Amino acid sequence: MLIQRPDPIRPSEITSESVFVKRRALLKAALAAGLLPGTMARAQPVTTSTLGDLAAANGRLENVSPWADNPSLATTPYEYVTEYNNYYEFGTGKGDPARYAHTLVTEPWSVEVEGEAENTGTFTLEDILRPHALEERIYRFRCVEAWSMVVPWVGFPLGDLLKRFAPTSRAKYVQFFTLNDSEQMPGVRSRVLQWPYREGLTIEEAMHPLTLLTVGLYGRVLPNQNGAPLRLIVPWKYGFKSIKSIVRIRFMEDQPRTSWNMAASREYGFYSNVNPDVPHPRWSQASERPLGAGLFASRQPTLLFNGYAEEVADLYTGLDLVRNF
Amino acid sequence: MTRRQLAWLRNAIVALGLVPLAQLTARAFGYGDLGANPVQVVQHTLGITALNLLLLTLTITPLRRLTGRSWLVRLRRPVGLLAFFYALLHALSYAALDLRFDWPRLAADIIERPWLTVGFATVILLVPLAVTSTNAMQRRLGRRWTTLHRSVYAIAALGVLHFFWQVKLDTREPLVYATILAVLLGYRVVVSLRRRTQRAVAQ
Ligand code: HEM
Repeated sequence: MLIQRPDPIRPSEITSESVFVKRRALLKAALAAGLLPGTMARAQPVTTSTLGDLAAANGRLENVSPWADNPSLATTPYEYVTEYNNYYEFGTGKGDPARYAHTLVTEPWSVEVEGEAENTGTFTLEDILRPHALEERIYRFRCVEAWSMVVPWVGFPLGDLLKRFAPTSRAKYVQFFTLNDSEQMPGVRSRVLQWPYREGLTIEEAMHPLTLLTVGLYGRVLPNQNGAPLRLIVPWKYGFKSIKSIVRIRFMEDQPRTSWNMAASREYGFYSNVNPDVPHPRWSQASERPLGAGLFASRQPTLLFNGYAEEVADLYTGLDLVRNF
Repeated sequence: MTRRQLAWLRNAIVALGLVPLAQLTARAFGYGDLGANPVQVVQHTLGITALNLLLLTLTITPLRRLTGRSWLVRLRRPVGLLAFFYALLHALSYAALDLRFDWPRLAADIIERPWLTVGFATVILLVPLAVTSTNAMQRRLGRRWTTLHRSVYAIAALGVLHFFWQVKLDTREPLVYATILAVLLGYRVVVSLRRRTQRAVAQ
C-alpha cells in the first residue's frame, strides 16, 4: 500500500495570467449562453478534494469522455445537487451535509476489500481508479422521499473494478460500508441509524453496466456532501442504495444487511427498486417532485425502475417486486 | 393594562404571527428563494408554525397563573386563531401544491394514511374552537365553553402525533414538542388536583 503525499505542483498546473483571464472571459460567455449553471460562478459551501493526479487543482476532472447513451435530459442545477442532500453522518437536515461535510478528510483514502474474492486487501484510491477511463453519465436520481434530480455523474462501471478482485463462485452479494468516524462526521454521534452505514447489492446488480462507481459530478471531483471521494450510483434504485464515501467492500454468499432496512424493515427493503406501484407505507411512490422545478410545478410521474426498466428488468424475472420491495 | 394597550398588543401579535407567512410569500416570489424543494419548505413552515402557535396558546393560562397578570388571557384568541389559520393553510398547501386540488385523492390519502387521518382530525377539531372563540359565543355557552376549549390539549396532542408520524427516522424534533406538551398538560393537571383537594378541605 502506498502512503500518499500531496504532489508538488507541477509547472504545467500553474495557470499563466493571460490564460486565466481568457478562461474568465470564456466562463462568462458560457454563463451568458446558459451553458453553465449560473450558480457555479458564485461562492458556495461546496468542499472538494483533489483525486490525486486525476483532477486539476481546481477540482475539475481530466480525461472524461461522455457516455454514448447520455439522454437529452435537462440536468438539475449544480447548487441544488450539492446543497440538498441526505447524508446522515453529517446531520439529518437537507442542508446539514453542505454545511458540515468540510470536515471529511478524503485524502489519503483507501478501501478494504474482503470476503469471497481472490484479490482481497487494502487498496488506495489511486490503486482503485488508475486503470479505469472516466465517463460522464447523465442519470435520473430518485430519492425514496419522492423527490428527484438529473445529474451528470463522473465515474466508471463498478463491475469493471469488482472483476479485478476476482470474486469466487460463492460471491452472490456485495456489501459496502461508509466511513464511520465521529471526529470527521458529527452526525454519527447520534444513533439515528446504526453506524457504519452499509448497503448491498446482488452480484448481478453490482456487475450491471449501469451501476456506476462515482468520483465526480458536473465534471468536478465529488463535493464532500455528495459522498466524496468514492460512491455508488445505482440509478434504478432509491437514492439511499447509492452509498457514499465507501471504505469497505465485502463479497458475500448470503444477503447482506443494509442500514435503512435495519432501521425500519417494513419501510425499506433490500432491493428498494424504484417502483411507482409499490407505495412506501406512509406515502405514495407514484409521483415525484423534481428538484428545482419551482413551487407551482406539477409532480412528475415516477417510472418503473426509474426509467431503466429496459436495461434492468431482466435482473428480476420471476421475482415478486411487491414482496421484494 | 388599559384597553387601548391591550388592543395594540393584540394587533401586534397578529402582525407578528403573519411574519412567517409573509416571509414565505416573499421568498416564493423572488425575494430570496425557497431552495431546491420549495413545496416542502412551504408545507413544513406552515405546519411547524401551526404547531408552535397551538403550543403557545397552551402556555398562556399557566403564564397567567404564574405571573398573576390576568390580561394575558385576552391574548389567547388571536394566537389560537392564527394557529387554526396556519393549520388550514398547511393542509391546503398539500391539497393545492401536491395534489392540484384533486379532492378525491385527498380523501383517499386521508383515509389510507393514518398520519394524514390524524392531521385531518386536528384541523377539523379546531373548527368548533375557532367558531366559538367570539365573546358572544363564550357568553352563550357559559361553562360548556370552558369544557369545549379544554379539548385543545387533545388537539395539540394529535398535531404532535401527526408530526411524529411523518418524520422519516429522526424523531428528536417531534419529541421536543411532545415534551413541551406533556409539561404544559402536567402543569394543568397538578393545578386542578390541588384545587380539588383545597375545595375538599374547605368543605
Ligand atoms: C388535513 C390536514 C393535514 C394535511 C393533509 C397535512 C399534510 C402534511 C404533509 C403532507 C406533511 C409532510 C410534508 C413533507 O412531506 O415534508 C405534513 C407535515 C407536518 N404537518 Fe401536517 N397536515 C395536516 C394537518 C396538520 C395540522 C393541523 C398540523 C398542526 C397543528 C400539522 C403540522 C405538521 C407538522 C408540524 C409537520 C412537519 C413539518 C416539518 O417536518 O417540519 N399538520 N403535514
